[in-house]
Amino acid sequence: MSNWPAETKYISHSTARIDAPAKLTGQARYSSDIQANGWLYGMILRSKWPAAKILSVNLEAALKIPGIKAAVTVKDGPQTIRYYGEEIAAVAGTSKQACLDALRVIEVKAEPRHEFVVREDDAKKENSPPVWEGAANASAPHVRESGSVDTAFPECAAVIEGFYTTPVQIHHPMETHGNTVSWTDEGVTAWASTQGISSVRDGLAGALKLDHSKVRVITEYMGGGFGAKFGAGVEGVLAAKLSREAKAPVRLMLTRFDEALAVGNRPSSFQKIKIGATADGTLHAFEMENYGTAGIGAGGDSGGGGGGADIPAPYIYKVPNTRVKQSHVAVNAGSARAFRAPGNPPASYGMESAMDDLAVKLGMDPLELRLKNDPSEIRQREYKLGAEKFGWKQKYQKPGSSPGVVKTGIGCAGAAWPAGGASKSTQGEAQINPDGSIEFRLGVQDIGTGTRTVIAVVAAEILGLKPEQITVRVGDTNFPPGPGSGGSTTCASISPTVFDVCTKALEQLQTQTGIADARGENWFVACKKLGVSPLVVHGQWQQGLSSDHACGVQFAEVEVDTETGLVTVKKILGVHDCGLIINKITLESQINGGIIMGLGYALYEERVMDNLSGVVLNPNFETYKLPGIADVPDIEVVLINMPERGVIGIGEPATVPTAGAIANAVANAIGVRVSSLPITPAKILAALGKVPPPVNA
Amino acid sequence: MKNPEPENFGAHSRRTFLKSLGTVAATAATAQVRSVAAELEKANAEKVIGPDAVPVTLKVNGEKLKLMLEPRVTLLDALRNYSSLTGAKEGCDRAVCGACTVLLGDTPVYSCQKLAIEAQGDEITTVEGLAKNEKLTKVQQAFLDKDALQCGYCTPGFVMSVTALLKKNPRPNANDVKHACAGNFCRCGTHPRILQAALKAAGVETASKTEVIDYV
Repeated sequence: MSNWPAETKYISHSTARIDAPAKLTGQARYSSDIQANGWLYGMILRSKWPAAKILSVNLEAALKIPGIKAAVTVKDGPQTIRYYGEEIAAVAGTSKQACLDALRVIEVKAEPRHEFVVREDDAKKENSPPVWEGAANASAPHVRESGSVDTAFPECAAVIEGFYTTPVQIHHPMETHGNTVSWTDEGVTAWASTQGISSVRDGLAGALKLDHSKVRVITEYMGGGFGAKFGAGVEGVLAAKLSREAKAPVRLMLTRFDEALAVGNRPSSFQKIKIGATADGTLHAFEMENYGTAGIGAGGDSGGGGGGADIPAPYIYKVPNTRVKQSHVAVNAGSARAFRAPGNPPASYGMESAMDDLAVKLGMDPLELRLKNDPSEIRQREYKLGAEKFGWKQKYQKPGSSPGVVKTGIGCAGAAWPAGGASKSTQGEAQINPDGSIEFRLGVQDIGTGTRTVIAVVAAEILGLKPEQITVRVGDTNFPPGPGSGGSTTCASISPTVFDVCTKALEQLQTQTGIADARGENWFVACKKLGVSPLVVHGQWQQGLSSDHACGVQFAEVEVDTETGLVTVKKILGVHDCGLIINKITLESQINGGIIMGLGYALYEERVMDNLSGVVLNPNFETYKLPGIADVPDIEVVLINMPERGVIGIGEPATVPTAGAIANAVANAIGVRVSSLPITPAKILAALGKVPPPVNA
Repeated sequence: MKNPEPENFGAHSRRTFLKSLGTVAATAATAQVRSVAAELEKANAEKVIGPDAVPVTLKVNGEKLKLMLEPRVTLLDALRNYSSLTGAKEGCDRAVCGACTVLLGDTPVYSCQKLAIEAQGDEITTVEGLAKNEKLTKVQQAFLDKDALQCGYCTPGFVMSVTALLKKNPRPNANDVKHACAGNFCRCGTHPRILQAALKAAGVETASKTEVIDYV
């Protein structure tokens, strides 16, 4: 189906990131680096209460602070606060220090509500204080059933039950959320740290009641998003309002603390799983009850926000008899947002843990149980290839049989990314100048995956040029509209688009210059024949050059110190497919990144909230632990090349199975299951019976 | 870490200020309470600068940068927001993430935890000051070759940490690199590539661990 060339010079090879020099020398201007003429600092006043009624906000004293040029409130009248850290007001001034001084003197009259709830199991209770007035915190369960679970379980030879839980995870991109916004009579220009310039444009236009054509969003470089940076955000709207009032551009970047409170997270999950198989290991019955919270976004059916905490189950497996019951609970905490493969890492962790526990009960090798049940032919092949490379057979020992104090273990898990695909409305254009220079313009943005380089690689391949001859401009809503950088769709959206632009460019060059094939060495001759007018070619995404449904499996090897509880991941092997590989070196980087983020999810990351104060207790990098360079294991990657499928994204599938594989390796090492992420030393020691279980864990 | 001592910071450096306090304390033992207070006030009055902006001269990338800054302005803030040197990034503003790493002399420091006035007299190097005549340093080139960057926001910090390591230890092993970069965070998960790049800059090539296998 694919029209991609079979023999390639750049596609499927490695081209160094074309914007690496700019990023390595400090010349790349990120949204937080923008110094618009006469710019002011913006800063937000946040609620110190988890629940309150704001009666009035007096900005007068703040406006008297030297250097303060504007102050605005989020709401004109009274405001209901539903979580600690919710935005109340914002100021703009000539220095960070002036803003800090001004925030301190804003007078807020409020009625704090002393009843609030931050824990999922508390919120489930019928009499829990409602996060959304007049609505229950727990949604009605969503039930999905097939076959007959009740008759199927007694038919099973082995049945296990487990309660697998995952915490709320915070995105924590290195560049915080924020914008520089300039609002003049001509309209609004926002330099946004976003993964969706178009969605920010639309969001700002809507909130500010402006025509879309009056809002321009620019994102030349941005410092990571992972799903949390699609919208204009309260902070974007506040920056715009401050700019209008101050008559100056306002740069409002959030603090690291703010990141943990108000701009998204991955919902928690509490998965009660019962699974049974026949004697040969064929899955026969599956039952799951799951709940989780998306913060205030989990009002769901009860009139709250739109978010949910449901996860796919029984994930990648097909079980003839299933009953899945899920609900989400609202708590007084910031709303969830899309987070790298939404729903999938917790689903993979829960299901793959249950699979390993079932394998123990069946007395089977867990890899054999997967090969017996995984319906995907691609994953079957990936498991077999991976097992050989990883040395699964040689390394596998019965759970807990590793000798000594420091025990070793191995585990594996599978991934699916059924979303993906492409944004079919993606457009792009190229301007071909008579001197042979060529510039591509796409309204997409580079979230860090190497989007510019992908454009250069595809263009160079099709036009017979070198990637360094291609100038790429992205990150501006003045360019033809492109996709948001999410859902692992960017590469599959832009590659066919660039292909189309190039194909049309060659056709038009032929028509205009009479040169039958303008590629390669004919390029400059053809361009010169254009005379004085550059050729501008428009193209769009075309069918047949991309597809979706990436799979992937990962293997983990760990060491667990049974005296300290410390888990050291020694090795991860990722076996992944993503159709036609466009640029190998940046693809590898994305897989490394997915694995390392999964490692953080497995061992370190968790938002901790205080039950009594409703406060996030670890809103910083000292106490919210991210994997560092010393925590990163030996990572090996096997790419399954499937060019016949066209381009498929990889960003999300790469992070899905890591936590499950690590959790299974830990269980294999110590012979007992830690069924709660993150797998901390305290939980290891508790599972080994050496210390009492952690409170509330 | 070397404690850089400002040479001409008002009339007193922090050290001479503390020394003078010692003298004041010794005097206090024998003098009237009121006169002690007066003397303390006088002694302190000489050292108080700010809260309004004061002239500050920084030596950054070999050039003098003359700024008017409130004394509470950090070095990071001074670089990013009072000059156009936005290469050093703010990731946490509290000495954890390392995105703001710059060199004072040869020592990597978190510029978010250093007041600009304290950095007067130091040779400050930011990521903008590494490449000369648009030629990348071997550290930068190795980062490019190994794709040791994704979104790139943490990259200047890592580049500075690795640069400082190689100045101190031109032949580091993997553990030395990990130690040198322990104070730098990366959320995109580029660490394996950063390790490879640092080793490459030190002359040690590591092979790619990726294998491509055809499905059919």
